[in-house]
Amino acid sequence: MIPLSWYLIFSAALFCIGLYGVLSRKNSVAILMGVELMLNSCTINLLAFWHYYVQVRQALQMSPLVFAAIIFTVAAAETAVGLALIISAYRKRQSIVAGDLDELKG
Amino acid sequence: MTTLQIIFLIIAAITLVSACLVVMTRKIMHAALWLVLSLMGVAMVYATLQSGFYAVVQILVYIGAISTLIIFAVMMTRNVMEDVGPQSNRGWGLAMVGSLILFAGFSTVLLTWDKVQTNLLEIPAINGENIQMLGLALVDPMGFLIPFEVASVLLLAALVAAIFLTSDIKRSRS
Repeated sequence: MIPLSWYLIFSAALFCIGLYGVLSRKNSVAILMGVELMLNSCTINLLAFWHYYVQVRQALQMSPLVFAAIIFTVAAAETAVGLALIISAYRKRQSIVAGDLDELKG
Repeated sequence: MTTLQIIFLIIAAITLVSACLVVMTRKIMHAALWLVLSLMGVAMVYATLQSGFYAVVQILVYIGAISTLIIFAVMMTRNVMEDVGPQSNRGWGLAMVGSLILFAGFSTVLLTWDKVQTNLLEIPAINGENIQMLGLALVDPMGFLIPFEVASVLLLAALVAAIFLTSDIKRSRS
């Protein structure tokens, strides 16, 4: 009995909070946490629209569920590689502040 | 207002407050723990959407694996940012204004759609999330076999990359 708009507004708010975290944090690990929040809000949107579709069309639809599963996979891969990069950078530079990792700057 | 709506509002409030704390707390370890609470709230939102499978997967993958990984990374890099000094960069005001504008934009665009107030009723089990159908679709060559295999290759590549990046290959060779 929950309106679709509640889910959409909720996930938009979660996305914007995650975006603020990504843009404003100095610590690289905290930036990754913001990315996790954004990915979660995308999955909420997918599942809400999946529910809406199944309810309106009265038909089984698997694509959104598969898409959500792939988002989970990509999120796991992204976190693993991101944290490995952060730890590798920490070993070399003794710093995980995103602003300090500027070796590639011209 | 039904019971389910009240439950949803409580869950949403908890999730959003803890998400705000994730991006604003000074101590990065506390932020990691607030992230766990926020992900738990998202799992409950999945449960209200009648996708119990994804609620379970969320708890297994996000809370079980990803949060543990993040907490480990926080602990390994603890002494760098001693939780003193500013935790956000100079442009945080701009970031906040940008996020708020984006949220306002999202809301306006969403609320112009006339179907947006549709109540999500309980869908009957036969049309609902059918795990058997999902499993069959994932291994069906006409369905989602190729994305499924690509996802597993992606996971394997991420595994190899993470091991390669974190181990000091040059140092162990010499």
